[in-house]
Amino acid sequence: MATYAPIDAIREGQTGRGGSTSTPAPPGGGDDGRGGDSGPNYGARLRRARLGLICGVATVTMVFVSLTSAYIVRQGLPTYDEPTSSYVRDWGGTDLPWRLLGINTLLLLASSVTIEFARRGLARQVALAPVKSIPGVSLGAESKFPWLGVTAILGFGFLIGQGLAWKELHLRGFFVNTNPSSSFVFLLTATHAVHLAGGIIALLWAGITAWLHRPVESRRIVVDITAWYWHFMAVLWIYVFALLGFAR
Amino acid sequence: MVAMENPHAHAPQGFIRKYIFSVDHKVIGIQYFFLALTAVFVGMFLSLLMRIHLLWPSVNLPIFGVIQPETYLTLLTMHGTIMVFFVLTTAPQGGFGNYFLPIQIGAPDMAFPVLNMLSFWTTFVAFVVIIAAFFVQGGAPLHGWTGYPPLSAIPSAGPGEGLGADLWITSIAIFCVASLMGALNFITTTLDLRAKGMTMMRMPLTVWSWFITAILGLLAFGVLLSAGILLLMDRNLGTSFYVPLVVVNGQIMGHKGGSPLLWQHLFWFFGHPEVYIAILPGMGVASQVLSTFSRKPIFGYRAMVYAMLSIGFFGFMVWGHHMFMSGMSPYSAFAFSLLTMCIGVPSAIKTFNWLGTMWKGRIRFQTPMLYAIGFVSLFVSGGLSGPFLAQPVLDIQLHDTYFVVGHFHLIMGVAAIFGMFAATYYWFPKMFGRMMNETWGRIHFFITLAGTYAIFMPMHYLGMAGGTRRYSDYREVKYLATLMPLHRFMTYAAIITIAAQFIFVINLFWSMFKGPKASDNPWEATTLEWTTATPPPHDNFGGVTPVVHNGPYEYGVPGAAKDYVMQTDPATVSTH
Repeated sequence: MATYAPIDAIREGQTGRGGSTSTPAPPGGGDDGRGGDSGPNYGARLRRARLGLICGVATVTMVFVSLTSAYIVRQGLPTYDEPTSSYVRDWGGTDLPWRLLGINTLLLLASSVTIEFARRGLARQVALAPVKSIPGVSLGAESKFPWLGVTAILGFGFLIGQGLAWKELHLRGFFVNTNPSSSFVFLLTATHAVHLAGGIIALLWAGITAWLHRPVESRRIVVDITAWYWHFMAVLWIYVFALLGFAR
Repeated sequence: MVAMENPHAHAPQGFIRKYIFSVDHKVIGIQYFFLALTAVFVGMFLSLLMRIHLLWPSVNLPIFGVIQPETYLTLLTMHGTIMVFFVLTTAPQGGFGNYFLPIQIGAPDMAFPVLNMLSFWTTFVAFVVIIAAFFVQGGAPLHGWTGYPPLSAIPSAGPGEGLGADLWITSIAIFCVASLMGALNFITTTLDLRAKGMTMMRMPLTVWSWFITAILGLLAFGVLLSAGILLLMDRNLGTSFYVPLVVVNGQIMGHKGGSPLLWQHLFWFFGHPEVYIAILPGMGVASQVLSTFSRKPIFGYRAMVYAMLSIGFFGFMVWGHHMFMSGMSPYSAFAFSLLTMCIGVPSAIKTFNWLGTMWKGRIRFQTPMLYAIGFVSLFVSGGLSGPFLAQPVLDIQLHDTYFVVGHFHLIMGVAAIFGMFAATYYWFPKMFGRMMNETWGRIHFFITLAGTYAIFMPMHYLGMAGGTRRYSDYREVKYLATLMPLHRFMTYAAIITIAAQFIFVINLFWSMFKGPKASDNPWEATTLEWTTATPPPHDNFGGVTPVVHNGPYEYGVPGAAKDYVMQTDPATVSTH
């Protein structure tokens, strides 16, 4: 039976949020651009952004899971062939430009490496910011290599490469409606490219935040989220590449 | 409460930033609410036209003229689509969830306010696009809200299947994107922005329901989005994902080898969780209101949480029960049947706990409570026909009859709407600072309750008698013509029930401006929204961050000064 005990003793839970016994997070509406960029809640904002990213990744994963289901189901479907009065598979297959796609894959993997350098570089800057603010302390020259810019160029390169692969497919006589296999090739590569283009927009945003001299903590959040998303895009492309390669 | 310097305490002053492109979750919640209110009247009007047509198929209506059979199918399609997406999905989650989830967990806003605003305006664009389908050449589509191909995949298959159908699919795709953004925000907010002391098991059941609904949305809408893209490609790029070799109007179409069943699988993988996306927030509100107005703690709080989680979990495993007639393997049908009936267990737990909450309570029969009881009643009435349809042998007989229409309208449609009414009457004082008129609220309730039962219960008998759905004219089919008296009764009930909704609308707008001023906690409730000012300030708690010490439903606690203990009351409530 519930009873009322007028004492100020809170039995806290063990979770990080909600049940925390530490100082409550200061009020703030999230990353809405209404201030508080470099406030003490930087860690909380990074965690929140990463949590949002995980949800976003789950969503994109579901999109590709459903497309894969459709791929497998459609591949196995027979269709009625009137001349032979029998059911035949009409999957068809697609003559993919493997070399070009391989180069594109390398470009994307390289961009994943360069964005990781950018992410780690900014994380280091954030970590060392308190030390650097101490008068007389010098940590030497920092690398100014534009890893983000290189990543964006590689990302654009990948998209251009995918466009060239489409062109090559057209030259080989494969269009989106040639057969079910080619339909899925165009669908999967386009869906991936659209998502990667979202990553490039995020990269440009990260560049703009640097140009606007936003606090390093805010830039780090943007770059961190973009980097993890970018890695996910690389893994997703490997998956699509493997699907197209092994489940022909 | 802990006093904190709040960097976001000042609300934007300009009209555009404050009321149109606002990032304040409360304003966005109200925007969703009024969007859904607009949509529900559009959807209701379409259903009125359908009911009128069924009784008087040849009547020449002003503006609309004589409704043709294909127009009847258009009305049916758009009614279903608008109601499911823009009412049942939009209001409970986007409306009330947006407004109250952050406040109930002690947060100043959603985790990503700009994304939240974007989510609303994307939903708005989706609504504009679907309404535009009425006005393009050929009009709106006629393939039903489920959009089964090949009908939905071939532009020449019928009037409305051209540009109208493209707009229909595009609208749903846009809606999916909006819902995904919303779901992302809800999940992050719930997990990361809870106030100190607000452990998961201290969250109000409304928050649990919005949280679980968001998870369902996150996993389901992506699948519908994919399915929609494939459908658009079949329609416009000549692919054959869904369309087999077909002949339309004597012409062989260019497709071959596709499977309409592929669409059905993808659609219902989304479609069944969508049922719970619509009803779970209603369950949360019913729990909240039943406990508050019974002046008792919710019976079996943890069981309620686990029941909702189970319902969400099983919701993803039962899509095949919509496809028993598709020729699936009997073994698959058996598995889907068994899993579907499993959902009856957590549903029964919830019903039992709602009754247990009211049992020996000091019940206050105010309008929110009436609607919460109405929700339970409709949930039971509509739910009990579920196990019938879950059995393949019965479903084969009842499929595509009015039995199904009656079932899903009671459980998914009207029960969810009753949840929204309960939420509106309950939270109106907090949202607008005034009380709604109680007398008109009760009149609205009794007419709506009697009206909905009068409309939808006879549909079960109609279905058992073989009354098929989607037919626009029954007069020429002898055995169906004998069922016309039932149709007449339902149409009259529908006209009265729809008319009664104007009582609600008038009460709503009149009370917004003329209703008596509400106190901060007019229902003597315990959750965090009732600890702050009415209406809440821009940052929800006026520069302080609440600290939570108690569970959400501490009513009738022995030894307490009042019969309720607020969640922020520093004295602890212990259970022995």
